[in-house]
Amino acid sequence: MNATVVTPGLPELEPPRSFYTHRSGLLGWLLTRDHKRIAILYTITITLFFFMGGVAAAMMRINLVEPQGALLSAETYNKTFTFHGVVMVWFFLIPSIPATLGNFLLPLMIGARDLAFPRLNLASWYLFVIGGCFTIACLLLGGVDTGWTFYTPFSTMFSNSNVILVAVGVFVTGFSTILTGLNFIVTTHKLRMPGMTWFKLPLFVWGMYAVSLVMVLATPVLAMTLSLIGLERIAHVGIFDPALGGDPLLFQHLFWFYSHPAVYIMILPAMGVASEIIPCFARRGIFGYRFMVYALIGIAVVGFLVWGHHMFVAGMSATATLVFSILSFIIAVPSAIKVFNWTATLRRGRISFEAPMLYALGFVGLFMIGGMSGLMLAAPALDIPLHATYFVIAHFHYVMVGGTVMAYLGGIHYWWPKITGRLYSEAWARFAAILMFFGFNFTFFPQYVLGYLGMPRRYHAYPPEFQTLNILSSTGASILAISYLIPVIYLGWSLFRGARAPDNPWGARGLEWQTTSPPPKQNFLARPVVQKAYAYDEPAPGTQA
Amino acid sequence: MSASGFLHLLPNASTNARPLDMLWWTMVGLCAIVAIGVFVVMFVFCIRYRKGRPADRQLLQDTLPVELTWTAVPFLIFMGVFVWSLTLYARSRTPPPNAETIYVVAKQWMWKVQHPTGQREIDTLHVPLGVPIRLTMTSQDVIHSFFVPAFRVKQDVLPDRYTQLWFTATETGDYRLYCTQYCGLDHSKMGGEVIVMAPRAYARWLDRNATGTSLAAQGAALFRAKGCSGCHGANASVHAPDLDGVYGRIVHLSDGSTVVADDRYIHDSIMLPDKQIVAGYAPIMPSFSGDLTESQVLAIIAYLKSTRPGTQPAHEGTKQ
Repeated sequence: MNATVVTPGLPELEPPRSFYTHRSGLLGWLLTRDHKRIAILYTITITLFFFMGGVAAAMMRINLVEPQGALLSAETYNKTFTFHGVVMVWFFLIPSIPATLGNFLLPLMIGARDLAFPRLNLASWYLFVIGGCFTIACLLLGGVDTGWTFYTPFSTMFSNSNVILVAVGVFVTGFSTILTGLNFIVTTHKLRMPGMTWFKLPLFVWGMYAVSLVMVLATPVLAMTLSLIGLERIAHVGIFDPALGGDPLLFQHLFWFYSHPAVYIMILPAMGVASEIIPCFARRGIFGYRFMVYALIGIAVVGFLVWGHHMFVAGMSATATLVFSILSFIIAVPSAIKVFNWTATLRRGRISFEAPMLYALGFVGLFMIGGMSGLMLAAPALDIPLHATYFVIAHFHYVMVGGTVMAYLGGIHYWWPKITGRLYSEAWARFAAILMFFGFNFTFFPQYVLGYLGMPRRYHAYPPEFQTLNILSSTGASILAISYLIPVIYLGWSLFRGARAPDNPWGARGLEWQTTSPPPKQNFLARPVVQKAYAYDEPAPGTQA
Repeated sequence: MSASGFLHLLPNASTNARPLDMLWWTMVGLCAIVAIGVFVVMFVFCIRYRKGRPADRQLLQDTLPVELTWTAVPFLIFMGVFVWSLTLYARSRTPPPNAETIYVVAKQWMWKVQHPTGQREIDTLHVPLGVPIRLTMTSQDVIHSFFVPAFRVKQDVLPDRYTQLWFTATETGDYRLYCTQYCGLDHSKMGGEVIVMAPRAYARWLDRNATGTSLAAQGAALFRAKGCSGCHGANASVHAPDLDGVYGRIVHLSDGSTVVADDRYIHDSIMLPDKQIVAGYAPIMPSFSGDLTESQVLAIIAYLKSTRPGTQPAHEGTKQ
């Protein structure tokens, strides 16, 4: 190991050679194999994609202020929600936490110098950027009007839009997901430092490991499904279109066999982030560590067996409905365990409410509401009226935006000092977190009511009796939009003007806090000390207390 | 305006609605109790155990019993809800035997309705109060979905098959009908109304809109006009299965399997004749998929149904 002695816990005014200064110049970034730099490349890319998807959402919400559609034609509206869905799902939510925080932190948390395959990691980013730019170009120049779900036979035989091109873009991007998952699995197995046993791993690492399994197993099915769409659209091979002898439900089975696990690709990392932040600011170990691990793995495994709950009214057999329903209830159990354990972690802690904690608590609350509305959708009898209405929109936005985006931003704030070496304005960060929680509920709670009343999703125009609730939702959306823009400003300011961050500003446990902020290129200048996970009852290594 | 102020927008207009609302409001209540419970506990912990406040901070040593409890309790509640939901679901899948069938054909972007007595309508569906109605639905192009919130019924409508839903309306009035499976450009305009009428008013409506020929009679005319009777008729010289009373029978196929001659089977035999070949016959039937619309196929099915002899035809064809 390197002989340089670093005193952890004491702020260094100018970290001697952080990974930022290691090799400067554009090529130093574009040809880097450093997981930390690749993480930052991903962060910049997905932030751009997030705001593009957000503009589409804003256009939809403005349109829905008037029952007949205030802004867009039906055709443009259809292309706008497709744009929003495709970009947000594949180019923001799926890579969000794994490709950014996961890439940066996984090696640091297990005491490794890098991921197992650094070149592959860079290749994943290039695939992601190529797939992303290509897809977005196709979505903007001409567009696609099928929705992100590409249901057949509409997508294969009826839609006159860029279906094939976008499918190619998503196909390419899928490989970036698969390769990242592969990289994380091998890294977790092979590169843990001595003493870092499986049950000492932080839950964030467990979350990354679980999500990687899902990525590697589910994404190839998406690739196959998109290829079959291409085959039918171009060569008219009858796979999904009954006019050619195909079966349209087959597409839905294949699509959701990928896309339901994809939901867990989005939420498992968020659970990992919350499981880091809450113990840190409650100053005690996570409640029921092992149960939390089993719950993560349980969700990842059972997540593969519940895809049929998207198809309760699609014309599936009653037997299939029964099986998918009971499995969907079963997968809610580990999710419930997690909510109870996060809450129990607060008990008898020494709780403080810095911005990351506010985001994490917001995550728990919104995830819980989203999850419980999922229970109603898991009951086939209730799914009949609720399916494909705004109730479903509200449900998955609570989980994916209220859940994943809150946790992602919580993680960005929590590890920001470590990643950038700078501090941000705590007051502004708290304000943004609270505003986001408020704006989010304001936007999406009315949509639960709309859905219960029967307003269908993907409607460019709607009956006038739904207008009041739609205006409420659109008003909330403008607050939500502001709350997403505020962090861009104060985090951007922090990047250039923020105070230097100490190595461990939160007094957190975990190996990543034992190195400098920002870390050197090789991650650790001195060998970090492995403790049990969340050793908040023990003194931090290197301190006297 | 409070959320409850909106609830008048969702009438209870079918026998389905009330039991479903029971389950719905029970679930809402349960979720509210859990959510409020968790929020209160969180809030109390956050106040009582905030940094700097003196409090007992001795940690629980054995957490297993607590964790098993909050694993088992939600599991049992979920299973209870599952069983309750399943009984309602089973009911929604089984129309009563005396249900009247109305046919629905969906296409981009309209609903075409065919009454067995020959009346046709577009984007409206007239039904009598208190009579169980079974809709047999198919699509001419992409997937659509038939949704009437006031009845709490919804069913996707697929191009390759017949799907069904049923309801018994309990309140007269006009109720919104939506397409809830995204189907292209004018998806949001693909709506209409279900008009529930008192039986006498309904009878008058049927009379006013009578076409003179029932759906089965229209089918019989098509059966001759399209040349079906040339091969399948009693005096045909071509070796083709006799279709008199075929509906509901068990048919033996050339690959050794058997099927019940239901709507789907007859539809596919007309549109995709190579799919299932009746045992003992040559695969010489041409496909009519370019020649007949889905509405015409429904008329032919109605005609074949009407040729069923007697009251118990379902097992007549069974031999072994």
